[in-house]
Amino acid sequence: MSILVLAEHHDGQLAETTAHVVAAAQAIGGDIDVLVAGENVGTVAEAAARLDGVSRVRVADAAVYAHQLAEPVSELLVALSGDYGHVLAAATTHGKNVLPRLAALKDVSQISEIIEVVDADTFKRPIYAGNAIATVQSEDALKVITVRSTAFDAVGATGTAGVEAVEAGIDNALSSFIDERLEQSDRPELGAAKVVISGGRGMGSGENFKLLDGIADKLGAAIGASRAAVDAGYVPNDMQVGQTGKIVAPELYIAVGISGAIQHLAGMKDSKVIVAINKDDEAPIFQVADYGLVGDLFEILPELESKL
Amino acid sequence: MKVLVAVKRVIDYNVKIRVKPDHSDVDLTNVKMAMNPFCEIAVEEAVRLKEAGVATEVVAVTVGPKAAQEQLRTALALGADRAVHVQTEAPVESLAAAKLLAKVVEEEQPQLTILGKQAIDSDNNQVGQMLAALTGRPQGTFASEVEVEGETLKVTREIDGGLQTVALQLPAIVTTDLRLNEPRYAKLPDIMKAKKKPLDTKTPEELGVVVASGLKLVSVEAPAERQGGVKVGSVDELVDKLKNEAKVIS
Ligand SMILES: Cc1cc2nc3c(=O)[nH]c(=O)nc-3n(C[C@H](O)[C@H](O)[C@H](O)COP(=O)(O)OP(=O)(O)OC[C@H]3O[C@@H](n4cnc5c(N)ncnc54)[C@H](O)[C@@H]3O)c2cc1C
Ligand SMILES: Nc1ncnc2c1ncn2[C@@H]1O[C@H](COP(=O)(O)O)[C@@H](O)[C@H]1O
Repeated sequence: MSILVLAEHHDGQLAETTAHVVAAAQAIGGDIDVLVAGENVGTVAEAAARLDGVSRVRVADAAVYAHQLAEPVSELLVALSGDYGHVLAAATTHGKNVLPRLAALKDVSQISEIIEVVDADTFKRPIYAGNAIATVQSEDALKVITVRSTAFDAVGATGTAGVEAVEAGIDNALSSFIDERLEQSDRPELGAAKVVISGGRGMGSGENFKLLDGIADKLGAAIGASRAAVDAGYVPNDMQVGQTGKIVAPELYIAVGISGAIQHLAGMKDSKVIVAINKDDEAPIFQVADYGLVGDLFEILPELESKL
Repeated sequence: MKVLVAVKRVIDYNVKIRVKPDHSDVDLTNVKMAMNPFCEIAVEEAVRLKEAGVATEVVAVTVGPKAAQEQLRTALALGADRAVHVQTEAPVESLAAAKLLAKVVEEEQPQLTILGKQAIDSDNNQVGQMLAALTGRPQGTFASEVEVEGETLKVTREIDGGLQTVALQLPAIVTTDLRLNEPRYAKLPDIMKAKKKPLDTKTPEELGVVVASGLKLVSVEAPAERQGGVKVGSVDELVDKLKNEAKVIS
């Protein structure tokens, strides 16, 4: 059976996460098609066609998909799904928005955020904020799955798949796009960065987050945050790491002024090396940290920046 | 307009769960249960809409065992007017929950239905989107702001890159993100009053929904434990360890 991967893209760029989802599709096995839905997405389709392991890129290029709203994109997937045994997307806010809608329209379950493919019907996924790993088996004819990108290494980009247009005649009277306020940053994307440095409530203010900038510059790091820091308005919501924010698994994760609640750990405990900087030597973050440094972040951060 | 809120009984978010020794599931005996935190936010939003004069009635619904009545009583104490309990002792997977909720939506015809974005037990993040599909309604997922403007609902959504605002044709489905509001606590007199508010019980059979699932739970394991590391005494030592021991910086 073939597999359809829903591509993710923004501003004419294929998102890095799609290459990870294709890797999960390879682990399942079978022909892999990628669907690019959007408006003026020619360059995205070309980028998708270069992903290793992809047989064919299907492009739905129309105004109705311009903002990739869930209502038309799920209808499009329903129209195409007859050709496939699996439909996969990244477990991003986009994938999570669209795939359950597809699953319900097809009267099948949806499997969220898989971290391992056992076989074509059986998958592992974290539950209870990652405090347990469930193995689930699907008997549904169509398996609709979101994939945790950090659990699958991206495929390369040396392929030469064919690109085909799909006409689906979908319209959407239910929802419309008003606007988007995206955070602009020159730093690497949180989910893909090799180094992440995150600040928590201990940072004390949004202004103080600047203390992380110099270190992030030197390490080429992305900057993240705990929920408490986001809720306090120090930084925007897209920086939240955790059970209900972004999942990261970099080579190096530095937690600064973060206590280490299970909901935060759920988003970063698969990092290779964890450093914790906290003035409370009993903070739970130290239980998962490879290297803990007890002390005042306002003294430690400037020193760390100068010594890197 | 009528607002329906779906609430789920889950493990309290502070509890650290254990896996059963036979790996059949997690062990929920004697653990503290509570309303899913995202559902508290959903109830709060519905009650605020009523207080603002936008909603005329707030109905809370849950699908779950007899004990889930506690969470409905909590919703009533927080300001819901009445409650519907779809009672079943069987485990209910997201699709089945969505089908049962779709029947309740069909009966109640709410203009707006609010759910949590995710239940913190399964971490599924599915039911709202599925309910929207089954009822043919638009969805505003991961909402951090909702505003009723005549026949449309303006929803600001927390997406990976920032915020997105969409307009949905009412009736619509919304799922809550953490920053939609800060839920209130129930006051004692309200908890007393909630005991007298109407609570209707139904069964999946009465609603004509089969609670079976195409998904089988094969086993549950504890995740690999991280080895606790060491404390370093100074920034110099930290930099040295990261360079020469962990080799993650150069
Ligand atoms: C449904 C739900 C979902 C959630 N999802 C998430 C999520 O996705 N991500 C997330 O992060 N949280 C999440 N949370 C919240 C979580 O439970 C914690 O409340 C949150 O992670 C705490 O953030 P914090 O560690 O920054 O703050 P705190 O727990 O307040 O910790 C602050 C730390 O800073 C230290 N500190 C203070 N000053 C200094 C200083 N000068 N120098 C050094 N250290 C200092 C303190 O010792 C303390 O350990 C969720 C909660 C719920 C209920
Ligand atoms: N059994 C249930 N009864 C009522 N509402 C539910 C139930 N399961 C899920 N929901 C709703 O759907 C949301 C998302 O759940 P889930 O998709 O399972 O993560 C929850 O926050 C609830 O609002």
